Amino acid sequence: MKFTVQVNEGPYQHQAADTAQQFVRAALEKGHEIYRVFFYHDGVNNGTRLTVPPQDDRHLQKGWTELAEKHGIDLVICIAAAQRRGIMDPDEAKRQGLDADNIAPGFRISGLGQLIEGGIQSDRTIVFGD
Amino acid sequence: MSTVKKFLFLNRKAPYGTIYALESLEVVLISAAFEQDVSMAFVDDGVYQLLKGQKTDGIGMKNFSPTYSALGDYDITRLYVEKESLEARGLTVDDLMDLKWEDEDDDWAEKDSIIVVSSAELADIMEQQEVILSF
Repeated sequence: MKFTVQVNEGPYQHQAADTAQQFVRAALEKGHEIYRVFFYHDGVNNGTRLTVPPQDDRHLQKGWTELAEKHGIDLVICIAAAQRRGIMDPDEAKRQGLDADNIAPGFRISGLGQLIEGGIQSDRTIVFGD
Repeated sequence: MSTVKKFLFLNRKAPYGTIYALESLEVVLISAAFEQDVSMAFVDDGVYQLLKGQKTDGIGMKNFSPTYSALGDYDITRLYVEKESLEARGLTVDDLMDLKWEDEDDDWAEKDSIIVVSSAELADIMEQQEVILSF
Protein backbone atom coordinates (compact mmCIF):
# COMPACT_ATOMS: atom_id res chain seq x y z
CA MET A 1 0.00 0.00 0.00
CA LYS A 2 1.10 3.55 -0.71
CA PHE A 3 1.11 5.97 2.23
CA THR A 4 1.43 9.71 2.72
CA VAL A 5 2.28 10.65 6.29
CA GLN A 6 1.63 14.06 7.80
CA VAL A 7 3.61 15.09 10.90
CA ASN A 8 2.05 17.98 12.80
CA GLU A 9 4.16 18.19 15.93
CA GLY A 10 7.75 19.06 16.72
CA PRO A 11 10.31 16.54 17.95
CA TYR A 12 10.82 15.89 21.67
CA GLN A 13 7.94 18.15 22.72
CA HIS A 14 5.41 15.60 21.51
CA GLN A 15 5.44 11.90 20.75
CA ALA A 16 3.73 12.34 17.36
CA ALA A 17 7.06 12.72 15.54
CA ASP A 18 8.44 9.54 17.14
CA THR A 19 5.30 7.58 16.34
CA ALA A 20 5.29 8.82 12.76
CA GLN A 21 8.91 7.77 12.28
CA GLN A 22 8.24 4.36 13.86
CA PHE A 23 5.22 3.95 11.57
CA VAL A 24 7.31 4.77 8.50
CA ARG A 25 9.96 2.21 9.47
CA ALA A 26 7.35 -0.46 10.22
CA ALA A 27 5.52 0.19 6.94
CA LEU A 28 8.76 -0.10 4.96
CA GLU A 29 9.67 -3.32 6.75
CA LYS A 30 6.30 -4.75 5.74
CA GLY A 31 7.00 -3.86 2.11
CA HIS A 32 4.72 -0.83 1.85
CA GLU A 33 5.63 2.35 0.00
CA ILE A 34 5.95 5.73 1.68
CA TYR A 35 5.03 8.21 -1.04
CA ARG A 36 5.82 11.26 1.06
CA VAL A 37 6.24 12.53 4.61
CA PHE A 38 4.85 16.04 4.92
CA PHE A 39 5.86 18.18 7.89
CA TYR A 40 3.38 20.84 8.98
CA HIS A 41 2.72 23.08 12.00
CA ASP A 42 5.58 22.60 14.52
CA GLY A 43 6.36 19.38 12.67
CA VAL A 44 8.66 21.46 10.46
CA ASN A 45 11.11 21.47 13.39
CA ASN A 46 11.85 17.83 12.56
CA GLY A 47 13.88 19.18 9.66
CA THR A 48 16.59 21.26 11.33
CA ARG A 49 20.11 19.88 11.35
CA LEU A 50 21.07 21.93 14.42
CA THR A 51 19.46 19.83 17.14
CA VAL A 52 21.71 18.17 19.67
CA PRO A 53 19.75 15.83 21.93
CA PRO A 54 21.49 14.24 24.94
CA GLN A 55 23.72 11.34 23.91
CA ASP A 56 21.56 8.72 25.60
CA ASP A 57 18.43 9.91 23.77
CA ARG A 58 17.18 9.08 20.30
CA HIS A 59 18.09 11.52 17.51
CA LEU A 60 14.86 12.10 15.64
CA GLN A 61 16.12 14.46 12.96
CA LYS A 62 18.96 12.11 12.05
CA GLY A 63 16.42 9.29 11.97
CA TRP A 64 14.53 11.10 9.22
CA THR A 65 17.69 11.84 7.29
CA GLU A 66 18.68 8.16 7.48
CA LEU A 67 15.25 7.15 6.16
CA ALA A 68 15.67 9.54 3.25
CA GLU A 69 19.19 8.34 2.46
CA LYS A 70 18.46 4.64 2.86
CA HIS A 71 15.00 4.45 1.31
CA GLY A 72 14.79 7.59 -0.80
CA ILE A 73 11.79 8.86 1.12
CA ASP A 74 10.49 12.28 0.09
CA LEU A 75 10.61 14.47 3.21
CA VAL A 76 8.76 17.72 2.53
CA ILE A 77 8.62 20.70 4.86
CA CYS A 78 5.78 23.17 4.34
CA ILE A 79 7.25 26.49 3.28
CA ALA A 80 4.64 28.70 4.98
CA ALA A 81 4.97 26.83 8.28
CA ALA A 82 8.76 26.77 7.95
CA GLN A 83 9.07 30.50 7.36
CA ARG A 84 7.08 31.22 10.53
CA ARG A 85 9.33 28.95 12.56
CA GLY A 86 12.75 29.68 11.09
CA ILE A 87 13.44 26.52 9.12
CA MET A 88 15.42 27.60 6.06
CA ASP A 89 17.17 26.00 3.14
CA PRO A 90 20.04 27.88 1.45
CA ASP A 91 17.88 29.28 -1.37
CA GLU A 92 15.12 30.49 0.92
CA ALA A 93 17.58 31.99 3.42
CA LYS A 94 19.22 33.89 0.56
CA ARG A 95 15.87 35.04 -0.79
CA GLN A 96 14.88 36.34 2.66
CA GLY A 97 18.26 38.01 3.18
CA LEU A 98 19.10 35.81 6.18
CA ASP A 99 22.60 34.89 7.27
CA ALA A 100 22.07 31.17 7.83
CA ASP A 101 20.13 28.08 6.87
CA ASN A 102 19.43 25.02 8.97
CA ILE A 103 17.64 22.39 6.88
CA ALA A 104 18.77 18.83 7.53
CA PRO A 105 19.99 16.56 4.70
CA GLY A 106 17.23 14.62 2.97
CA PHE A 107 14.55 17.26 3.55
CA ARG A 108 13.20 19.72 1.02
CA ILE A 109 11.00 22.78 1.46
CA SER A 110 7.92 23.05 -0.72
CA GLY A 111 4.29 24.13 -0.74
CA LEU A 112 1.10 22.83 0.82
CA GLY A 113 0.08 21.46 -2.56
CA GLN A 114 2.51 18.62 -1.87
CA LEU A 115 0.28 17.46 0.98
CA ILE A 116 -2.87 17.51 -1.16
CA GLU A 117 -1.06 15.81 -4.03
CA GLY A 118 0.20 13.17 -1.58
CA GLY A 119 -3.38 12.55 -0.49
CA ILE A 120 -4.48 12.15 -4.11
CA GLN A 121 -1.62 9.82 -5.07
CA SER A 122 -1.61 7.60 -1.98
CA ASP A 123 -3.92 4.82 -0.89
CA ARG A 124 -3.91 6.15 2.67
CA THR A 125 -3.00 9.46 4.27
CA ILE A 126 -2.19 9.29 7.95
CA VAL A 127 -1.94 12.30 10.25
CA PHE A 128 0.26 12.21 13.34
CA GLY A 129 -0.44 15.03 15.75
CA ASP A 130 -2.24 16.35 18.75
CA MET B 1 -4.69 16.00 -12.46
CA SER B 2 -7.76 13.94 -13.20
CA THR B 3 -8.24 12.01 -9.96
CA VAL B 4 -10.92 13.53 -7.76
CA LYS B 5 -10.97 12.35 -4.17
CA LYS B 6 -13.23 13.17 -1.26
CA PHE B 7 -11.22 15.31 1.16
CA LEU B 8 -12.54 16.22 4.60
CA PHE B 9 -10.75 18.73 6.79
CA LEU B 10 -11.57 17.98 10.41
CA ASN B 11 -11.18 20.98 12.70
CA ARG B 12 -11.03 20.27 16.42
CA LYS B 13 -9.25 23.26 17.96
CA ALA B 14 -10.29 26.76 19.02
CA PRO B 15 -9.35 29.47 16.51
CA TYR B 16 -6.83 31.18 18.77
CA GLY B 17 -4.53 29.80 21.44
CA THR B 18 -2.84 27.49 18.96
CA ILE B 19 -2.10 27.85 15.25
CA TYR B 20 -3.92 24.69 14.14
CA ALA B 21 -7.09 26.44 12.94
CA LEU B 22 -5.27 29.11 10.93
CA GLU B 23 -2.88 26.68 9.28
CA SER B 24 -5.74 24.26 8.60
CA LEU B 25 -7.54 27.00 6.70
CA GLU B 26 -4.38 27.58 4.65
CA VAL B 27 -4.40 23.93 3.55
CA VAL B 28 -8.11 24.07 2.75
CA LEU B 29 -7.62 27.07 0.46
CA ILE B 30 -4.70 25.36 -1.33
CA SER B 31 -6.76 22.19 -1.77
CA ALA B 32 -9.31 24.16 -3.77
CA ALA B 33 -6.71 24.62 -6.52
CA PHE B 34 -6.55 20.83 -6.98
CA GLU B 35 -10.24 20.57 -7.90
CA GLN B 36 -11.01 17.91 -5.33
CA ASP B 37 -14.30 17.18 -3.58
CA VAL B 38 -13.60 19.17 -0.42
CA SER B 39 -15.70 19.55 2.72
CA MET B 40 -14.95 20.60 6.28
CA ALA B 41 -16.11 19.43 9.67
CA PHE B 42 -16.02 21.25 12.99
CA VAL B 43 -16.09 19.34 16.26
CA ASP B 44 -15.07 19.92 19.89
CA ASP B 45 -13.59 23.42 20.35
CA GLY B 46 -13.32 23.59 16.55
CA VAL B 47 -16.91 24.91 16.49
CA TYR B 48 -15.57 28.17 17.97
CA GLN B 49 -13.79 28.81 14.65
CA LEU B 50 -17.17 29.67 13.10
CA LEU B 51 -18.39 31.95 15.87
CA LYS B 52 -19.62 35.33 14.65
CA GLY B 53 -18.36 38.61 16.05
CA GLN B 54 -14.79 37.50 16.67
CA LYS B 55 -12.60 40.34 17.94
CA THR B 56 -8.91 39.70 18.38
CA ASP B 57 -7.44 43.18 18.99
CA GLY B 58 -6.84 42.41 22.65
CA ILE B 59 -4.64 39.39 21.99
CA GLY B 60 -2.59 40.82 19.13
CA MET B 61 -3.72 38.16 16.66
CA LYS B 62 -5.07 38.61 13.18
CA ASN B 63 -8.80 37.89 13.03
CA PHE B 64 -8.94 35.38 10.20
CA SER B 65 -12.62 34.49 10.60
CA PRO B 66 -13.69 36.55 7.52
CA THR B 67 -11.80 33.99 5.42
CA TYR B 68 -14.50 31.39 6.09
CA SER B 69 -16.96 33.61 4.18
CA ALA B 70 -14.80 33.23 1.06
CA LEU B 71 -14.88 29.42 1.07
CA GLY B 72 -18.02 29.34 -1.08
CA ASP B 73 -16.12 31.12 -3.85
CA TYR B 74 -13.60 28.25 -3.75
CA ASP B 75 -16.41 25.69 -4.22
CA ILE B 76 -16.10 24.59 -0.61
CA THR B 77 -19.78 24.60 0.23
CA ARG B 78 -20.23 21.99 2.96
CA LEU B 79 -19.17 22.91 6.47
CA TYR B 80 -20.45 20.22 8.82
CA VAL B 81 -20.81 21.30 12.45
CA GLU B 82 -21.36 18.67 15.09
CA LYS B 83 -24.54 19.30 17.06
CA GLU B 84 -23.26 17.73 20.27
CA SER B 85 -20.17 19.97 20.26
CA LEU B 86 -22.36 23.07 19.90
CA GLU B 87 -24.69 21.96 22.70
CA ALA B 88 -21.85 21.09 25.08
CA ARG B 89 -20.64 24.67 24.70
CA GLY B 90 -24.06 26.32 25.06
CA LEU B 91 -24.03 27.38 21.40
CA THR B 92 -26.61 27.20 18.65
CA VAL B 93 -26.29 27.72 14.90
CA ASP B 94 -27.44 31.34 15.49
CA ASP B 95 -24.14 32.01 17.28
CA LEU B 96 -22.24 31.05 14.11
CA MET B 97 -21.40 33.16 11.07
CA ASP B 98 -24.04 33.20 8.35
CA LEU B 99 -21.97 31.50 5.67
CA LYS B 100 -23.48 31.19 2.19
CA TRP B 101 -22.57 29.85 -1.22
CA GLU B 102 -24.13 30.51 -4.60
CA ASP B 103 -25.49 27.47 -6.45
CA GLU B 104 -24.84 28.04 -10.16
CA ASP B 105 -27.06 25.04 -11.01
CA ASP B 106 -29.97 26.68 -9.21
CA ASP B 107 -29.95 30.20 -10.72
CA TRP B 108 -27.20 31.28 -8.29
CA ALA B 109 -29.48 30.82 -5.31
CA GLU B 110 -27.78 31.56 -1.99
CA LYS B 111 -27.56 28.49 0.18
CA ASP B 112 -26.27 27.84 3.69
CA SER B 113 -22.78 26.41 3.88
CA ILE B 114 -23.14 25.38 7.51
CA ILE B 115 -24.83 22.03 8.01
CA VAL B 116 -25.47 20.97 11.59
CA VAL B 117 -25.18 17.20 11.92
CA SER B 118 -25.31 14.76 14.81
CA SER B 119 -22.26 12.88 15.92
CA ALA B 120 -23.65 9.71 14.29
CA GLU B 121 -24.33 11.53 11.00
CA LEU B 122 -20.81 12.97 11.04
CA ALA B 123 -19.42 9.48 11.55
CA ASP B 124 -21.25 8.39 8.37
CA ILE B 125 -19.90 11.41 6.48
CA MET B 126 -16.36 10.60 7.63
CA GLU B 127 -16.85 6.99 6.58
CA GLN B 128 -17.51 8.17 3.01
CA GLN B 129 -14.26 10.16 2.75
CA GLU B 130 -11.06 9.09 1.05
CA VAL B 131 -8.70 11.55 2.75
CA ILE B 132 -9.32 13.06 6.18
CA LEU B 133 -6.82 15.63 7.40
CA SER B 134 -7.38 16.46 11.04
CA PHE B 135 -6.24 19.62 12.78
